[in-house]
Amino acid sequence: MMNNSGPAVAVSGLQAVRGKRRVIPGLDLEIPAGQVVGLLGPSGSGKSTLMRCIVGVQILESGTVTVLGHPAGSPTLRDRVGYVTQSPSVYADLSVRDNVTYFGRAIGLRGASLREAVDRTLAEVDLVSYADQLVQDLSGGQESRVSLAAALVGRPSLLVLDEPTVGLDPVLRRDLWDLFRHLADRGHSLVVSSHVMDEATRCDRLVLLREGRVLADVTPAELLQQTGAVDADAAFLALIDAETARSGERSSS
Amino acid sequence: MNAGLTAATSGRVLRQVRTDHRTIGLIIVVPCVLLGLLAWIYTGTPVFDAIGPALLGVFPMVVMFIVTSVATLRERQSGTLERLLTTPMGKGDFMLGYAGAFGALAVVQAVIATGFAVWVCGLGVAGPVWLLVVVAVFDAVLGTALGLLASGFARTEFQAVQFMPAFLLPQFLLCGLLIPRDQLPTVLEWVSNVLPLSYAVDAMKEIARNADPVTAVLGDLGIVAAFIAGALALASLTLSRRSA
Repeated sequence: MMNNSGPAVAVSGLQAVRGKRRVIPGLDLEIPAGQVVGLLGPSGSGKSTLMRCIVGVQILESGTVTVLGHPAGSPTLRDRVGYVTQSPSVYADLSVRDNVTYFGRAIGLRGASLREAVDRTLAEVDLVSYADQLVQDLSGGQESRVSLAAALVGRPSLLVLDEPTVGLDPVLRRDLWDLFRHLADRGHSLVVSSHVMDEATRCDRLVLLREGRVLADVTPAELLQQTGAVDADAAFLALIDAETARSGERSSS
Repeated sequence: MNAGLTAATSGRVLRQVRTDHRTIGLIIVVPCVLLGLLAWIYTGTPVFDAIGPALLGVFPMVVMFIVTSVATLRERQSGTLERLLTTPMGKGDFMLGYAGAFGALAVVQAVIATGFAVWVCGLGVAGPVWLLVVVAVFDAVLGTALGLLASGFARTEFQAVQFMPAFLLPQFLLCGLLIPRDQLPTVLEWVSNVLPLSYAVDAMKEIARNADPVTAVLGDLGIVAAFIAGALALASLTLSRRSA
């Protein structure tokens, strides 16, 4: 167990601009440690930008993002936060093993512990039999698993995963969610974005984003209870509809 | 900066190059073919002996400039650079890692190109042949450093390739190959005094005509080394951990 007092991530008064658009106009959020937190919302709702703020690659307009007690992006966090972007960011002209090994080295693993970490990670993402293939010869789903492995290899305290299960078959998706659960049970914190709503039930908490604001921050059970919906998909739509109706009332009054 | 991280990056870049046989071929073969062509053009004249050494420095520099600028641009575009900068990898580790990897390739390239020029094309120089190799390596590393810097200003691979004529051809025109630098119009001579290729070519010319050129060459190489360090330092300033 890792003893993290306080939340994994605390966001307050966050404003962020991506390109020329104000994607996050003002956001407050607390993400508890040791949980799998799902970040849900339609495309363009600010999920990726929020994740970029958490890992510290996004320039903040205003507000603060505190990660594991430090400002996001501080040097002390660089071997404690793992980040997987939506499009796989690995080297296509390297083998699977060479990719994972290099990112393991980048966070400071060496020698036997590096080899063990690489072997363990390849097994976790089910790529052992592809270890010596070049990434450019893999399928899209396999490539995104290499990208995931490059973050998992360092066993970061906080894992920020932008749509890690897109394009994966159901068996593999289930296995990855089991792995996320296992990591959270061991004290790691995970922030996972998704727009596959049935994955929402695998999370400890759900944060629903819309137009850069938090629409709901609840447990999956609370979500179903509040909306009276039968599944996460319907619950999400119900929330969106309610919000649209409310903002419609506000603008007409 | 951290030697382990720099070495990890060099090793990774070399592994990437190893899977790309065509690029290895281009790095090794292109300078040899160009030097062979030059020797052939000037068959039976003393011109090859006069300009051959200088071009032995220029060709590897051009090749390494293009290879490096495209490789690092690709890294910026694929998202791997942004990802690396979320890890303890420093900007200096990244830049020196690239310089180290392409520097190692430059040594292989310089040995082969020099051997080809001297023993196949019959290039004759007054100074020692090993010094030609040393200067050629410096020139190739200079190309790498300038390529790293140029890639910071390119948004696409088209632009990166276009930077070659923009960055290198003016240096080529002013480096003293067309006419000696001290015969250039005064303003152009000043300009040529602040361009790195001028010193690379000065060093090569010194080896061509001077039987004991070591002292003069060391002075020129010191200036080239300073340009390499400056280009790498500026290039790491073009990396930023955060973007909007």
